[in-house]
Amino acid sequence: MANPFVQRYWSPYIVGALIGVLSWFAFATADKPIGITTAFEHTAALSGKAAVPQFEQKNEYFAAKQAEGNSPKIGWEWMLVVGVFVGALLSAGLSGDRTRLWVPPLWASRFGPSKAKRLIAAFLSAALMMFGARLAQGCTSGHGISGTLQLAVSSWMFISVAFGVAIVTALLMYGRQGAEHV
Amino acid sequence: MFESPDKLVLGFLTGVIFGFLLQKGRVAKFEVIVGQFLLRDWTVVKTMGTAVVVGAIGVYALVAADAASLHIRPALLGGVLIGAVCFGVGMAVFGYCPGTSVAGCGEGRRDAMVGVVGMLAGAAAFVAAYPALQPLIKGMGDWGKITLPEATHTSPWLWIGGLALVGLGAFIAERLSGHGPQQRRGRLPHGAHA
Repeated sequence: MANPFVQRYWSPYIVGALIGVLSWFAFATADKPIGITTAFEHTAALSGKAAVPQFEQKNEYFAAKQAEGNSPKIGWEWMLVVGVFVGALLSAGLSGDRTRLWVPPLWASRFGPSKAKRLIAAFLSAALMMFGARLAQGCTSGHGISGTLQLAVSSWMFISVAFGVAIVTALLMYGRQGAEHV
Repeated sequence: MFESPDKLVLGFLTGVIFGFLLQKGRVAKFEVIVGQFLLRDWTVVKTMGTAVVVGAIGVYALVAADAASLHIRPALLGGVLIGAVCFGVGMAVFGYCPGTSVAGCGEGRRDAMVGVVGMLAGAAAFVAAYPALQPLIKGMGDWGKITLPEATHTSPWLWIGGLALVGLGAFIAERLSGHGPQQRRGRLPHGAHA
């Protein structure tokens, strides 16, 4: 039997079940739900504090987070994000699934091969996505998996609206015809 | 500024496994994420659905055994709903979510790398505008840190059982309708999306 670590794809059911078990591990060992975007918020807050004198005094963010017991820090969430990068690097490296792709073919089929266009769109859309995630206090991981598995009202609300809006956006962008390229 | 070393090591270890699984599950790929929103590739829903059912069973068992506690985000309607709209538009254009874009960087995807810088900019904008955003986040109502079983005065196991049945039903329906992995294997050659 082939070594599963060098295979490129695992069944989504196997991967999903293992992510579920991983969430048990996170709750049991660190008493934390898996989430990505808190670390980005903390990085931005710590950078702001380091770069601008008096930022901490002027912005009520720091006092509010301290009151919640969630002051920005290099913590479990931050190392989780670093780990995700390393884990994906390891998986792609072992299976030869590394790429140097700038413009995904599906994007190019609709918007052309321009690198600049794709990268500007990626920067702005990713910024908007992160802004939305912090407004809602969670992303596909924090709300979509960790929150929904805890049966949180906020998380089921978030993921239903977010995916509904994403479906409408994707269909408007690519249309039914673009969908043929998937 | 720094959490305890054991928390840092645990976070890193959890992240490595999470990133490894995201890459193996193909969800760190633009085509798979956008394919889901175009309703052509159901990898994202299958992965998340299985994770939620399996995760819920274990986490609620841990809570019942007093070995963990729930960490519910508040249902601040303005923040959650407006945030979800921004998130949905952003994710459909970007083609990655926050976690899968970091995994996409590990895979070598250049647009995901630029997106991670964009995400830092988005987070900075949020922190900078935090005081001004509060009326928007809190203005539409706050249902608190509430779960579906609490809101309906029912057992969480009823909900988990229901979710498991829906998932199992969808799995069986897919097999019977001939869109299972056997039939689709020819459409997913190795490296086709690379």
